[in-house]
Amino acid sequence: MNLNALWQYANPKKFIQTTEKVLPLFSVLAVVCLVVGLIWGFFFTPEDYRQGSTVKIIYLHVPAALMAINVWLMMLVTSLIWIVRRHHVSALAARAAAPIGAVMTVIALATGAIWGQPMWGTWWAWDPRLTSFLILFLFYLGYIALWEAIENDDTAADLTSILCLVGSVFALLSRYAVNFWNQGLHQGASLSLDKEENVADVFWYPLLVCIAGFVLFFIALVLLRTRTEIRARRMRALLARERMG
Amino acid sequence: MIALLTRDLKLAMRAGGGFGLGLAFFLIVVTLVPFGVGPQSDLLSKIAPGILWLGALLACLLSLDRVFALDWEDGSLDLLATSPLPMEGIVTIKALAHWLTTGLPLVLAAPLFGLLLSLPTPGYAPLVLSLLLGTPALSVIGTFGAALTVGLKRGGLLLSLLVLPLYVPTLIFGAEMARRGVEGLDTTTPLLMLAGITCGTIALLPFASAAVLKVNLR
Repeated sequence: MNLNALWQYANPKKFIQTTEKVLPLFSVLAVVCLVVGLIWGFFFTPEDYRQGSTVKIIYLHVPAALMAINVWLMMLVTSLIWIVRRHHVSALAARAAAPIGAVMTVIALATGAIWGQPMWGTWWAWDPRLTSFLILFLFYLGYIALWEAIENDDTAADLTSILCLVGSVFALLSRYAVNFWNQGLHQGASLSLDKEENVADVFWYPLLVCIAGFVLFFIALVLLRTRTEIRARRMRALLARERMG
Repeated sequence: MIALLTRDLKLAMRAGGGFGLGLAFFLIVVTLVPFGVGPQSDLLSKIAPGILWLGALLACLLSLDRVFALDWEDGSLDLLATSPLPMEGIVTIKALAHWLTTGLPLVLAAPLFGLLLSLPTPGYAPLVLSLLLGTPALSVIGTFGAALTVGLKRGGLLLSLLVLPLYVPTLIFGAEMARRGVEGLDTTTPLLMLAGITCGTIALLPFASAAVLKVNLR
């Protein structure tokens, strides 16, 4: 496949046309995956022999936590594309993704607290993973606030994309600094591609469906929000032209 | 560049320049802490390194908005931008001036304030050393934040929201080093990490700050 063909979607018109077609597909798939995955996870998996039914919150907690990090990565990539190639759709996609990422972080923190209460006996501990998620949330807040504060769209896109680059470096630094600072309660990674044994298969398959559902849901939301933003900009341009004429 | 540095320093020293305000703020924080947590000296000596680091960090933060704001308002920032100096150099000088007027006085005053918080004797040298190493990073990171928000009318609160998360690694290693000093533990690891962060930010962040400032001056 010719990778250069990808850039044609940077044209807002082409983007709107294409997403018009794929958006319903992604939305339907997201809803199907989420409904199937959550119902399967909540009602048709055995209870863990030690954690009882509390283990079922994993179907919300793990996908949300995964998305919280990956949304930031996606913003990093789109910010880079904006800086290098100056495609407006790219900057708008980063803007559209940020609040979703922030919400995912909150979901991960909240479900983690609800899970932590019966398991660790505390809602919150200054554990490295929990702390770095809180810091990630602060990064999201700063990023969104900077977008909201600047009136000129291009200036805002430039500044936020540089903030995203610098923020990524510091978020990574904080992640390891926090490790150094305190020992944790949170278990290590239980899902990875290269490990022999992950979570037991009964939990693993519904979890995979849930993760797919979250990813699809995120894609659908970002496409929708980017479309809205493009249309809003076009409206503003038209209104401005009308006022001039 | 030297001329720019002396100009900035002179402006800061002059009445209304805000020199010493950071120091006064630091003193107030240190004075208020015992009111908040009680005057028991064993408790105070335990939290002293953390309080001193937090106080220094907040004092740095509060003086950040004037790094570029005044030059932005009277247009001298535009003049500087059109001068033959590279933007990266201007930003570095601004950060250096900020450190000399805010960070360095804090470092020098820290032992005195440590006395107020009954900091144990072995803690003084690591505390001063950690602040000496860490405050330049605070100034450089803060200059980046100030460059981001320079065009905004009410950028102060946003500046804190943007800069404080960036301060996390510096604070962790700085406070850790001061704490280990108080407890008489080996301070080499946090010392090296702190020095690494400071060198890294001084080497790299001016490029980001200059890029941001160029966007804002466009």
